[in-house]
Amino acid sequence: MFVNLSKIIGGMVTKMDSNENYKGYRGEALSVLKNFGALVWSDVTLVTNAGEFTGIILPRNETADEHHIVLKLRSGYNIGIAAKKVVDVKVGGRKIAQYKIPEKEFPIDPKKPRVKLFGTGGTIASRLDYRTGAVIPAFSPGELYGSVPELANYCNLETEKLYGVFSENMGPEQWIGTATAIGREIEKGVQGIVIGHGTDTMHHTAAILSFMVQNPPIPIVMVGSQRSSDRPSSDAASNLIHSVKTAAEGDIAEVMVCMFGPTSDVYGLLHRGTRVRKMHSSYRSTFRTIGDIPLATVDKEKIVPLRQDYKRRRPDKNVIINTAFEEKVAIVYYYPNMKPDIIDSLVDNGYKGIVIAGTGLGHVNKPLYPSLKRAYEKGIAIYMTVQTLWGYVQMYVYDTGRDMMALGVVPAANMLPEVAYMKLCWALGQTKDLEKVKEIMLTPIAGEITEREPSNGYLVFQGGIPEVEEFLAQIKR
Amino acid sequence: MYDFVFKSFKDMTPADYERVGFKGGLEVHQQLDTKKKLFCHCPVPKMPYKDEYHSEILRHMRPTLSELGEYDGTALMEFKTRKEIIYRINRDNICTYEMDDTPPFEINEEALDSALEIGLAMNAKVVDELHIARKQYLDGSIPNGFQRTAIFCINGWIPYKDRKIDIVQMSIEEDSCREVSDIGHTRTYLADRLGTPLVETVTAPQMRTPFEIAEVNNIIRKVCRSTGKVRVGIGAARQDVNVSVYGGTRIEIKGVHKINNIPILTYNEAMRQWNLLRLREELHRRGITAETFYAEHYNITKILKRTSFYPISRAIQEGWEVRCVKLPHWKGLLEWKTQTYTIFAKEISDRVRVIACLTTLPNIIHSDSIYNTISREEIDKVKKHIGATNDDSFIIVWGDRNDIDTATNEIMIRAREATIGIPSETRQALRDGTTGFERILPGPDRMYPDTDLPPKKITDERIERIRLNMSKVFWKNEEWYRQLGIPEDRIEPLAVSPYRQLFEFVVKEWAVDPIFASEILVNLPKKFKKQGFDTDKLNMGIFEQLFNEYRNGKILRDGFKIALQEYLKNGELKLERLPKPADQDAVREMFQKATRKLESIKLHNPEKGKELLIAFVMYGLRGSVEGRFVREFVQNYWGNGN
Repeated sequence: MFVNLSKIIGGMVTKMDSNENYKGYRGEALSVLKNFGALVWSDVTLVTNAGEFTGIILPRNETADEHHIVLKLRSGYNIGIAAKKVVDVKVGGRKIAQYKIPEKEFPIDPKKPRVKLFGTGGTIASRLDYRTGAVIPAFSPGELYGSVPELANYCNLETEKLYGVFSENMGPEQWIGTATAIGREIEKGVQGIVIGHGTDTMHHTAAILSFMVQNPPIPIVMVGSQRSSDRPSSDAASNLIHSVKTAAEGDIAEVMVCMFGPTSDVYGLLHRGTRVRKMHSSYRSTFRTIGDIPLATVDKEKIVPLRQDYKRRRPDKNVIINTAFEEKVAIVYYYPNMKPDIIDSLVDNGYKGIVIAGTGLGHVNKPLYPSLKRAYEKGIAIYMTVQTLWGYVQMYVYDTGRDMMALGVVPAANMLPEVAYMKLCWALGQTKDLEKVKEIMLTPIAGEITEREPSNGYLVFQGGIPEVEEFLAQIKR
Repeated sequence: MYDFVFKSFKDMTPADYERVGFKGGLEVHQQLDTKKKLFCHCPVPKMPYKDEYHSEILRHMRPTLSELGEYDGTALMEFKTRKEIIYRINRDNICTYEMDDTPPFEINEEALDSALEIGLAMNAKVVDELHIARKQYLDGSIPNGFQRTAIFCINGWIPYKDRKIDIVQMSIEEDSCREVSDIGHTRTYLADRLGTPLVETVTAPQMRTPFEIAEVNNIIRKVCRSTGKVRVGIGAARQDVNVSVYGGTRIEIKGVHKINNIPILTYNEAMRQWNLLRLREELHRRGITAETFYAEHYNITKILKRTSFYPISRAIQEGWEVRCVKLPHWKGLLEWKTQTYTIFAKEISDRVRVIACLTTLPNIIHSDSIYNTISREEIDKVKKHIGATNDDSFIIVWGDRNDIDTATNEIMIRAREATIGIPSETRQALRDGTTGFERILPGPDRMYPDTDLPPKKITDERIERIRLNMSKVFWKNEEWYRQLGIPEDRIEPLAVSPYRQLFEFVVKEWAVDPIFASEILVNLPKKFKKQGFDTDKLNMGIFEQLFNEYRNGKILRDGFKIALQEYLKNGELKLERLPKPADQDAVREMFQKATRKLESIKLHNPEKGKELLIAFVMYGLRGSVEGRFVREFVQNYWGNGN
């Protein structure tokens, strides 16, 4: 009882210390601030044994050490001062930052189409807090208009924040919720939907939405940014403008990803939701259509289709929303020397489906065979994709492939591993019958399997070779 | 208040500068000599820069909302200009970091050490924790749209005459791109030097005349060089110079390469500010204030459609619009002198050029000096159309439909600003010693923390290690060299020479004659360079080895030159092949040979015989005997023998 009480008191003290007045300060630095009556945002002169420093005390990052006080100098620069060197603090006034995005009313033009923007957590537009570097999202139509006024040229914008999660934390709850919200908006008659999303898992969400939202009559455009919008070089505003234009005026009624096209800032690309993948950890032109060509290019003035086999916009409000989802599915990225216990543990943990990203045409080593056989016998759906990303699974070429098919492993054509994963979750959500699952898996719904790979579908340029260098020298891309 | 009139550059006295309240300050940018760049692992390009590039990338810059939700002044201007930025990329020096497609790597420790050494040399206090900031630039000179920069030292000083000049702060930052051209709506940059580490040293505005600024700049440059850790060559050191006068605004002249140009530039800038304040007085006298100011503009394309004035007739052919801005009661003021041979209309033309992107000059004409442009008849028609009296001024501008509004607006903005005073802006150094408009001064809110990199602690141990290894500051060395009797022309080069520590060592520890040592370390490399040798091959170790042989009597003074020349040619130091010091007998033998040779020559002037003898002996014993010894020998023998 006594112990518990002291814990509670300790907890209260901690809570008070970590509040806004001493934000992020702990230990030595915190006691110096307290001793001299200085708070975060106080205008101070720190007297140290190495001279005097005048500026405003800034919050400290919680992960940084407890020995330094952060000061914003008059010049705008920040420096850290060792707490142990501080001999006196002259405290002046205090100005607490108030963050607010200027809201301007989004102009309504009855002649312009209605576009709905869903937020899931990624920051598309934002305002910067210059003192802390924090980015404050702009999201309401008014806030967005304040920072990207060009949006009003294309549509009447409505916004709704569905979720506030980082893209790596997106999961079935968010996917199902988003698909349901899309269905609701289509029924209400919006002419286009834009979904703001963090870029890391944007292609996963694009894939599952392609299956959950079938045959939509309007464009459904996912968008994000690779460079945060505090930078003048950010891709956020142009991506947002391109996606809103696509949603408002575009003729492609599919789930798409709209992101930066080439390295140069000249146009955006519209990728089919089941064929797109993030291919670079930081490039702005990171999204690429794999094994095929993108749907279209888009800039401020025009949308130029690169192919004709897309689904056209329709005036009706018909759409099938099918949010079936089985969570017990895994991707296994095969590597040489993989031990069978990896497969065994999935089986023992009750997984219903496994997507393997195999080597080459779709292979794993022999020691895995007994485990795969056991998995199949336990009624687990096993699909093979390729970790080369480009190309089809072909399991007839080598005996090993045939052996595996005999064990029940199903080749998933040229579905990307993440797409096959999403589709298997969705298929197993609909039925437990493995034959029916197989039928669903191998019947293309939204371009996830293509009949052919066009000769310009695989173009990974090799830097350094003369013809590519010549191309780079001549074309500003 | 503003009754003083600027005299010519050479007639201005310190008292005159005091009269106008001249104040100057410096921001000296000095590139550091490191192997790699500051936040990535690209090699720093060699000097002099080559203009070679392998690919081009196109980008745009978009202003971001500042603290108050307003677009920052510069930001807005850059956005108005709607520039396409082209980066020329040399793949050897540029990776995806510089192109804003990869996050930063951790700060270059070598660069930070060098920066700290310069900071300590300027008596500055090192910060305990380095916080990297982003400083926004919308001109495109950095593809990120911001420069990564961090303060590492504050509160330093350097000695100047009988006083100290305060160093306010020093930051370590990445260098920007080099501008190639800025024509119309396209600005082109070469990206090679982008990301090169540099130190920015900011002085207090404590210089009282243009010449003081240049002198202080020289001191700072020498402090940097005396560490041996900085780059030299064109563009390796550049400065921004601040100037203000009483009642004026602190104006920054950007990117001055040559220190010698600072006096004339700052003289002109001070005069410009002073004359703008005088112009304001005149405007107020005419009843034109910020509140009463008004201007109107008119489309006069039709009126001038048959003009023979080429810039306008061509513009009309292109389908452009011609506008006229009327400034009531401004007669004569567009011709108001601002700088040497420069008038107020230039301020307006500059703005139209930079902000409206109308870069082909002339881009305006105006009523205060309109002759030789449009005809008298056309002038009368324009005046009638806009209802101008003889008391008014007008400005004519032409441009395409997107730019003409910006241009017209900018003309009115700049004219109105004259009623307020000196607009905050950065200016560029022009070749004729005057300054020209560059950009609106960025607001204070353009600096914010870099969230990509954590703060970095600078330990006391690190500072101590640097302090122990650094050489004396150059002004102390120079004093010592003078006491040693080193010739004046070698003092400064020695003080900033990479070999100055070796000099101190061989003079103090090995008792080498200081004048001789300075000749070997300063003059000899210079001579070799003139002869076309790659003196970068020379290094401390080679000199040290030679001095060691010398003090042990194994080689002679002349041996240095022969050995080094050989080394520069073949890359090898072959001491065993050097002639050994000759003994008395060898000299005597060579002397006898030389005498015989001399006797076989008929001399017109027998007086020259002695010199020839010396030359013969020296040549024969090349490198193995010292000149003064031969001279002495011949002197004696010549004297005795004849």
